[in-house]
Amino acid sequence: MSSETKQILTTDGIPLEVSLKKAEKKNKIRAFLLVAPLLLFLAITYIFPIGEMFMRSVDDRMVTNMLPKTFKAMEKWENLEELPSEEVYRAFYEDYKLLVENQQHGKLGQRLNKEKNGFNTITKKLFRQIKRKKIDESASLKEQINKIHKRWRNVEFWQAIKRTAPPYTAAKYLKGVDMYLAADGSIAQVDEDRRIHRILWLRTLEIAFFVTLFCFFMGYPIAHLLATLPMKYSNLLMICVLLPFWTSLLVRTASWMILLQQQGIVNDFFVMIGLVADDNRPEMMYNKVGTYVAMTQILLPFMVLPLYSVMKTISPSLMRAGKSLGGTPFVAFWKVYFPLTIPGIGAGCLLVFILAIGYYITPALVGGASGTLISNQIAFHMKTTLDWSFASAMGLMLLTGVLVIYWIYNKLVGVDNIKLG
Amino acid sequence: MSKNPEFVKFDKVDKSYDGKVLVVKDLQLDIAEGEFITMLGPSGSGKTTCLMMLAGFETPTHGEILLDGNIISNIPPHKRGIGMVFQNYALFPHMTVYENLAFPLRVRKVEKDEIDKKVDKALSMVSLGGFETRMPAQLSGGQQQRVAVARALVFDPAVVLMDEPLGALDKNLRESMQYEIKHIHESIGVTVVYVTHDQSEALTMSNRIAVFNDGKVQQLSNPAELYEKPVNSFVAEFIGENNTFNGEVVDIDKDKCKVKLANSEILANPISVKSKGEKTTVSLRPERALINPTDKMDNMFTGNIEEVIYHGDHTRVRLNLLGSSEFILKVPNSTSNLELNVSQDINIGWNSVDARALDPK
Repeated sequence: MSSETKQILTTDGIPLEVSLKKAEKKNKIRAFLLVAPLLLFLAITYIFPIGEMFMRSVDDRMVTNMLPKTFKAMEKWENLEELPSEEVYRAFYEDYKLLVENQQHGKLGQRLNKEKNGFNTITKKLFRQIKRKKIDESASLKEQINKIHKRWRNVEFWQAIKRTAPPYTAAKYLKGVDMYLAADGSIAQVDEDRRIHRILWLRTLEIAFFVTLFCFFMGYPIAHLLATLPMKYSNLLMICVLLPFWTSLLVRTASWMILLQQQGIVNDFFVMIGLVADDNRPEMMYNKVGTYVAMTQILLPFMVLPLYSVMKTISPSLMRAGKSLGGTPFVAFWKVYFPLTIPGIGAGCLLVFILAIGYYITPALVGGASGTLISNQIAFHMKTTLDWSFASAMGLMLLTGVLVIYWIYNKLVGVDNIKLG
Repeated sequence: MSKNPEFVKFDKVDKSYDGKVLVVKDLQLDIAEGEFITMLGPSGSGKTTCLMMLAGFETPTHGEILLDGNIISNIPPHKRGIGMVFQNYALFPHMTVYENLAFPLRVRKVEKDEIDKKVDKALSMVSLGGFETRMPAQLSGGQQQRVAVARALVFDPAVVLMDEPLGALDKNLRESMQYEIKHIHESIGVTVVYVTHDQSEALTMSNRIAVFNDGKVQQLSNPAELYEKPVNSFVAEFIGENNTFNGEVVDIDKDKCKVKLANSEILANPISVKSKGEKTTVSLRPERALINPTDKMDNMFTGNIEEVIYHGDHTRVRLNLLGSSEFILKVPNSTSNLELNVSQDINIGWNSVDARALDPK
């Protein structure tokens, strides 16, 4: 086609494109207004909270706001191996005095103590000196403060203050993978016996992976049956698949607890058929086994439904064609049927994996110590330690992880190949 | 090489799905090698079931099916070596045209060069050379259909089954495909068992047609005989258009009988009536009744035109004749067109040999 195709005009002489846009405008506005409540809802309930969570996870403005003069003065502190100048001491003193007047000094002490152990003691000492008005503001403050406690003469404590200067910090994220910002500003690993988070992350991935695998192997035949059985049976089967959906998650988890406990039905059965001795009943709950069993059962419908919706569209004559052309039933399945179900497999696996990776209530109830996941740790920090910024950081790491998985999946299978229904 | 007249043989085959109703009743059917046979019938008449039994997707409840003298009831579909073209083509949507055609060859472990050659040949046979890399979704309905035919033929099966393969195509394409399939059959001489409910398709393509109704073959004969000489009123009704008169035989001799209608009598050709007093349905093709016949005919009546429908190449005239207002005439479109108007009286005549007195409906 020539690039100089003439602009098409309507009978009024308006270019066709302009005219079309005008005609479509009303429809577009109407469509937008129809989805506007949803957009607003999403913004309020999704985008805004996630933004807020992110802010909370990196927010470190508390100290920044408490010690404005100190940080200003510290900008000129160049040789970090030596104690800062008198100027810095004076600025810190003035900031601290103001905090004392506003009764905010305690918070600062606690916060700095997290950065460097032993800080709380020396800020309290400084506080008492100020209260007793023992400090002569006309003399050298550096000498006076250094005298209060030997730690004030230790340059590491001043470095710790300087580290809290930036209003934003990635420290919570590092903590999430068992690392921390060392005194010299480099990233270091925590001691081996304190690395709990990395184990949890790996365990979360492992459990999510295997739960997905179990769901796939159990869900595929069910979905196939659902798609091929005559209507009256498939409806019944569909109800069986959906029944768990209609039952409260808590009830289902609780019923698994009844089944799996040491004096539970499953163990009773094992003893009855002589598989295990009565005094040697295996532990099937409060460990990984319980988490696997309960999560697989609970997430199974999420695998079955996408698979079913894809399989239902596959014409039975395709399998017949495969067989009539000379393929054995297995070849016909593997070369014809299976490739056509890949969109459903992708959707089901992605759905189950993403749900499993953030699963909370079931592992919390049946997981015990060895079966809990990262989300249980997040909940722990939300409710028990009240370290919300750490919980936010881990939540966001989880979210990022899910996005990464989605991205990898898109590269491997292609998101257009997903079919949810 | 002499052709085996019983290449495919249905021997007293019964089929029931639920144990209550027989879908196929005592089917006895021989298909000769290289023959194009069509199973024609209304839906639910058992024709597709027969095809599925031959392909191996359904098992006969009773009786045997023989292929080239061997009982095949216990052979699974993939070992029968029967090609099949499905109603909705059943092309594998995730494979290219080439892969679709190569599938039956690959599962037979044919060498790559040989596969290429055969696929090429099969595609050129259906004039789709150069379409190897297309996906089925990128093809039109007619092209998909041709790929399906090529796929069913590419591994040189002894028998090819076609289950209403042209059902989804529009009229023009369907007609051209009918000829194409017929020509392919003629050029390679494969045995074809074709299922359709479209009688014109059956008449155009087949060597022989088996008309199915109610699980039974009503008539098995070549197209001309089927149309000209239907043996019962179902076949007469099902194949082509048909004017019927219900009446009672009042007089009968060797090749003529007199049938008494509600208020008149006509002469007919006794086919399935034997004696006086039998009820009968007389069947007459619309084109065998003439307007103002010049020749002497032994049935001459006057009818009143109720409706005139213009069909392009012919005009259909609905008459009130002998107490029935459903009598149809086909008037060919020619330069000497008659003036036909509603409520006009016209003279109609036909020969008694064309009016076949069949079993009563």
